[in-house]
Amino acid sequence: MSFNQSFFAARFGITEHDLESYLSEALSAGGDYADLYFEYLATSSIGVDEEIVKSATEGVTMGVGVRVLAGERTGYAYSDDLSPGKIRKAARVAALIAKGPASVVKSGFEQSQQHNLYPMLHAPNEMGLAERVDLVKRADLAARAYDPRVFQVQATYADSLRNVLVATSDGRLSFDRQPMARMSVMVLARQGEGSPQHGYSGGGGRVTLDFFLNQKTPEHFAREAARQAMVQLDAGDAPAGEMPVVLGPGWPGILLHEAVGHGLEADFNRKGTSAFSGRIGQEVASPLCTVIDDGTIGSRRGSLNVDDEGMPTQKNILIENGVLRGYLQDKLSSRLMKTASSGSGRRESYQHIPMPRMTNTYMLAGDSDPADIVRSVSKGLYCATFSGGQVDITSGNFVFSATESYLIEDGKITRPVRGASLIGNGPEALKYVSMVGHDLKLDEGIGTCGKEGQSVPVGVGIPTVKIDRMTVGGTAA
Amino acid sequence: MQDRMSPAQESTLEQIAADAVEQALAGGASGAECTISEGEEFSVGVRMREIENLKEAGSRGAGIRVLIGEPGAQRGGSSYTSDLSPEGIQKMVKAALELAKITSVDPFTGLPEPAELGKLEGDLRLYDEAIEDMTTEWKIDQALRAEKAALDFDPRIQLSEGASFDSHVGRRVFANSLGFTGSYQTSSCSLSVVPVARQDGAMERDYWHTAARSAAGLESPESVGRIAAERALRRLNARKVATQKVPVIFEPRTARQFLGDIFDAVNGSSIYRHASFLAGKLGDKIACDALTVVDDATIPGLFGTTPFDDEGAPSRRTVVIERGVLKSYLLNSYSARKLNLKTTGNASRGITGNAGIGPGNFFIEAGALSPEQIIAGVPNGLYVTELIGGGGNTVTGDYSSGAAGLWIENGKLTYPVSEITIAGNMRQMLQQIDQVGSDLEFRGAVAAPTLLIREMTISGQ
Repeated sequence: MSFNQSFFAARFGITEHDLESYLSEALSAGGDYADLYFEYLATSSIGVDEEIVKSATEGVTMGVGVRVLAGERTGYAYSDDLSPGKIRKAARVAALIAKGPASVVKSGFEQSQQHNLYPMLHAPNEMGLAERVDLVKRADLAARAYDPRVFQVQATYADSLRNVLVATSDGRLSFDRQPMARMSVMVLARQGEGSPQHGYSGGGGRVTLDFFLNQKTPEHFAREAARQAMVQLDAGDAPAGEMPVVLGPGWPGILLHEAVGHGLEADFNRKGTSAFSGRIGQEVASPLCTVIDDGTIGSRRGSLNVDDEGMPTQKNILIENGVLRGYLQDKLSSRLMKTASSGSGRRESYQHIPMPRMTNTYMLAGDSDPADIVRSVSKGLYCATFSGGQVDITSGNFVFSATESYLIEDGKITRPVRGASLIGNGPEALKYVSMVGHDLKLDEGIGTCGKEGQSVPVGVGIPTVKIDRMTVGGTAA
Repeated sequence: MQDRMSPAQESTLEQIAADAVEQALAGGASGAECTISEGEEFSVGVRMREIENLKEAGSRGAGIRVLIGEPGAQRGGSSYTSDLSPEGIQKMVKAALELAKITSVDPFTGLPEPAELGKLEGDLRLYDEAIEDMTTEWKIDQALRAEKAALDFDPRIQLSEGASFDSHVGRRVFANSLGFTGSYQTSSCSLSVVPVARQDGAMERDYWHTAARSAAGLESPESVGRIAAERALRRLNARKVATQKVPVIFEPRTARQFLGDIFDAVNGSSIYRHASFLAGKLGDKIACDALTVVDDATIPGLFGTTPFDDEGAPSRRTVVIERGVLKSYLLNSYSARKLNLKTTGNASRGITGNAGIGPGNFFIEAGALSPEQIIAGVPNGLYVTELIGGGGNTVTGDYSSGAAGLWIENGKLTYPVSEITIAGNMRQMLQQIDQVGSDLEFRGAVAAPTLLIREMTISGQ
């Protein structure tokens, strides 16, 4: 597609000449680099709750962010009004960070190379409202049909389409149309007069509504949410203390996101505040571990054709056979660290300054049979599903919270136990990985990562792994 | 900034909101409510004694919720836009009306009763015009001084993630088809610093933060820097303790997080769905005598204060737990109708959608003992200064979180501990709050003093 056919040119009449003049304004007081990020985001969501469609919302936000880099400094301003006067004003505010003679903007733009990771069968707004209603109603029915003990179901379908345009003072131009859709189902179940228990499931990715008709149906998510609630009805107290932990495949890959991913973001390492700072080439995990961050997997929630700085995304090796190989770089950090961007510059919206972020983070499959991994544990915990996690990148301590887990006794998965937080230390935890399964699985597409107040969609994945030692935060001491 | 916030602008936004409501009614709605939010933000970050980033901008958004059908059998639809032009508003209203056709009739949905609407009069001190007097240079200087105080405090602090000074002015406008129109302006500013302490190859960071409606309410940058430095330093050389059951003291910063979990459990939406361990417990003794929890959105100047909630009901004071007895849930009009109760004025939403439920100033009333006196009464236990990940499960009450803090021996804080978890069940935790400190401070909308909980499970080695 040529620029003139792109969304912002066609809809707002923005020309390459306009972009050059805004960038010149941004560099009018000097600076090394400037960029513009135009965003037009249309969202829609619908929800069923207590068996009726209780909510339906849609909306539009648009704006442009202007950034100026001068050495280690960033100037940033934005406008929700795309008129030339307002964009120029934002450019002048961003320019305040630099103090000197104007810098030159490269004349003429070159269109950035980019992937085509999420071709759309239909634009989200081409599928009617009736189809959306049908999806959430199907989820509600399927969850209730799963077991009579289910007494509350909330199902939500949400999708969005984000059009972006990035123009840089070094002459790069990229635009992208980024779909996102997600279905989630929350279930409450109760046995007799006992305490209600909760189950949750969801998924999606850079897909449109057809995905939920053809690939992962509402029934799939509804049954999974109901199944989890059923498991919890029988759960006992979670154990407390250090023990071997087996993580099931898929979403438990959140371990990688918390234990190593954040600590490898280049901004923390440039500043020397990460527990992984200065450790490239060192062994930070067992030799069984190879960890990748890959923004180029088709249709995944964390994937992008170009990152939010207009750079093509990549498959980046973070840890190879236990050895730390690289950081996740954005433009600012890579320039200051004298290396290349890894296509990891991301931002929540035009109102936010980009920073290094993960995309889809996963561990490569190993050789072990998952059944053998469980058999090798005489007393420990098997974790199948998590809710979320958090890390202190400076000390390296991280937590992730299991919502579905079981005791392992004499090599067998036995009783389910209640939710518990697991805690470990990033540069140490993966050294205790002693078995890696051949069953790598990516998650269903529900992850949202928060950093310094900015949320971005991400993916994770992991095969079944055994960690010889980890602290489990239950109550049964 | 000045011209955006002029009275002319205010009436324009109120007019836009009222017009949107009118358009919805003209388009066939039986009820409508429109929210407009406008804000300007400024932020400066410094790191290692240099300016690192500077950000300044403003934005606005409008949202509408429409209802169609007869009251008592209505259905709703919502939409929002960042385009406040007449065309933008028109499209927004049309989209909401379309969406209302596909939702279900819900006998409990609707606007509040006309008699439930209103707003607090008088100056709530939500906006301090002194916010406009702060120059960019002054704000940068505040951040530089806070970081300098931290970096100069101790030779083990040579590194920092930086300091930032942020300020915000905003306006919130609300109108509905029952004739309510209201708006209020807010201001806030804050200063925070994150020093990193290093010793023998290990690193620890911590932060301190001060926030107020304008500069006059802030702690001094030197104090913010010093406290942050002391907090980072005292975490160095932390140990992992053995798994055991001991008394746990939450300092105000972590007690506030625990109180956030309690808020979720008294949230009317969780109650009517039976998704809270406190559902059906109104009037029951759910906590120890020492515990009184209040939600009060009327206290001038505080961050949880508003003249009216997000569906136009006046703000008020609600006693939620009184000396251990559950007195009230926190409700908007929808959850109130579901529970056959009255709204408590806690409706909360962004700019669109069905209203959720949010806190005013939600706090635990201060007790008699100082934190030092509470610590002195613990022979062996944990003083929690940070919670990481996890938290409470509103449905079951189960509680499990990563933690860091200081070990208490013979009534004194001793060595730091980290990489541990604390766990229990909120039902028991509430019954076992043996002491509530005198050190209540409002640093945000949710505030708690020091709390002593008789016994929790520490998981470590």
